[in-house]
Amino acid sequence: MKPLLPFILVGILLGYSGCTKKSSEDQKPEVLKVGLVFDVGGRGDKSFNDAAFRGLVRANKELSVEYEYIEPGSGVDREAALRQMASRDNISLIFGIGFIFTDDITNIAKEFPAKKFACIDYTYDSLKQLPSNLVALEFKEEEGSYLVGVLAALLTKTNTVGFIGGMESPLIKKFERGYFSGAKSVNPKCDILVGYAGITGDAFKNPGKGKELALGQISHGADIIYHASGVTGLGVIEAAREQQKLVIGVDSDQYHEAPGYILTSMTKVVDIAIFETIRATIGGTFIGGHARIFDLKSKGVDYVYDDNNKNLIPEHIHQQVEQIRNKIISGEITVSSQ
Amino acid sequence: MFDSLISFAFLSQTLRISIPYALPAIGGTFSERGGVANIALEGILLIAAFATTVGTFWSNDPLIGICCGVGAGMVTAFLHGIISVTLKADQIVSGIAINLLAIGVTKFSCQLIFNSSSNSARIVGMEKWNFPSSIPLLENPFVAGTVVVLIIAHVVLFRTRFGLRLRSVGEHPAAAESLGINVSRVRHAGVLISGVLAGAGGAWLAIDQHSFTDGMSAGRGFIALAALIIGKWTPLGAAGACLLFGCAESISIQLQSSFHGLQFIQLIPYIITMFVLAGFIGRSIPPATIGIPYEKEKH
Repeated sequence: MKPLLPFILVGILLGYSGCTKKSSEDQKPEVLKVGLVFDVGGRGDKSFNDAAFRGLVRANKELSVEYEYIEPGSGVDREAALRQMASRDNISLIFGIGFIFTDDITNIAKEFPAKKFACIDYTYDSLKQLPSNLVALEFKEEEGSYLVGVLAALLTKTNTVGFIGGMESPLIKKFERGYFSGAKSVNPKCDILVGYAGITGDAFKNPGKGKELALGQISHGADIIYHASGVTGLGVIEAAREQQKLVIGVDSDQYHEAPGYILTSMTKVVDIAIFETIRATIGGTFIGGHARIFDLKSKGVDYVYDDNNKNLIPEHIHQQVEQIRNKIISGEITVSSQ
Repeated sequence: MFDSLISFAFLSQTLRISIPYALPAIGGTFSERGGVANIALEGILLIAAFATTVGTFWSNDPLIGICCGVGAGMVTAFLHGIISVTLKADQIVSGIAINLLAIGVTKFSCQLIFNSSSNSARIVGMEKWNFPSSIPLLENPFVAGTVVVLIIAHVVLFRTRFGLRLRSVGEHPAAAESLGINVSRVRHAGVLISGVLAGAGGAWLAIDQHSFTDGMSAGRGFIALAALIIGKWTPLGAAGACLLFGCAESISIQLQSSFHGLQFIQLIPYIITMFVLAGFIGRSIPPATIGIPYEKEKH
């Protein structure tokens, strides 16, 4: 037994030191310091978490705030990570990235009333009162997903499109429902294949499964696949590259993951939500206890149409999608999230 | 709906999914036949996947990456050998320690090299390989390689002098030693072989995915262990069990698109496993001295 002890200790130490990082050593008390705990998948997912990190970096540059972040490993680490951030004297604003934080961040916010908290994709329950020091940052994913569903259904040559979600959960169902209704609205005969990588948080970080799910859908005839699955989606993109099919990216513009194979991306301005919350905190206008909604109208969700993917989307189809966008914004079309 | 199961796509998917189960399972057979329980397979897979990613990232050549992965697998297995054969510590505890170490070391190094403890940068993979083959299933060099490894493993274990010695130190090390066999050395060799093969399995994970993700072995090492038990500690049996797991997983993937009832579909692999374990395999008898360190007789 004795010779093993060092290995175990080293393993634990390395595991912990591996996931926290300080942005700078010198600490000035008057500078706002922000703590951020990433979602499953962590940095480098080229999607959701990286969008959050962009917001943090921008705040660091433009508002010169300091930051610290943790990439938690398993589920148990998340609450501990939030608590670790909250109990530090010099950190006054803490972000939880992802719906998976909903319960933990509510409890920690109650426990640390002097600190401010913000949670991206918080699962909002109108029956429960949000703590006054917690703001929920919500997105109308169904609206953006509706638009990319329209796009996919208009562009498919096989009349079959796919959707691959990460963890089967109410949040990801919003993406699926929006996509489904959008596709059916313009092409009722279009087949929509649906796959989920799993029913736990780890389903967001399983690229191998994502790749196999995508290859399965492609073998069933899908030629455009929309993914809402974090790191798992990198496997979906790999499959599309291998089989020369198209993918619709999510959360960030994922064009650079596989140039030529990314039809578009359904973007969520997680970065702006974070940046604005930090700015509000500095300006003293942070208001907790409510949910802030980012929708299509406020460009909180959108799809990418730029020089990179222009050649994949014919002009008349782009026009058609834009008309539908205007109808959603004007309220002529309402997109259900259920 | 079920016609999708009788297709080329289904068959090749089954093979692809089976590879990272089969390689460590075949490797584990060698370690366990020699009397060293190897639950470190999981950690070896993870470390090898990481080493493959780093090697490929720096050299831009997947072959060099795979060599790094196999090498790292060997080194990790050697560590397990040192702890459990040379130092005679508990083999299960050593395996757990290595699995924990693997999680920590890979996350820590990933942060140092790729500035994220969760994901590496993208690496080049196999799509640039030109493997000459007229049989489409063998296009994937790992599938062909696994078949070759399987045949060699079976022959080595049951038809060579080394195989006989390995099995004898697992069944009755004292008798083996009385015939002049160096028990420790043979056991070390068995553990190293398991490291090489599990390392190759980890390399496949990284190459197939074109990147490293923390914890990407996702329990495959333990499934490989189950497979080698179901396969009664023989390479052929273990590989067969892995094929079964791969097939079950592939069924659940293929049926997802046609069925709406995700939870049930995701149960399929486990249900099949339970049926097989309960009904069709019969008693599985482990090597006699598995888990017991060998103490030389004092004269």
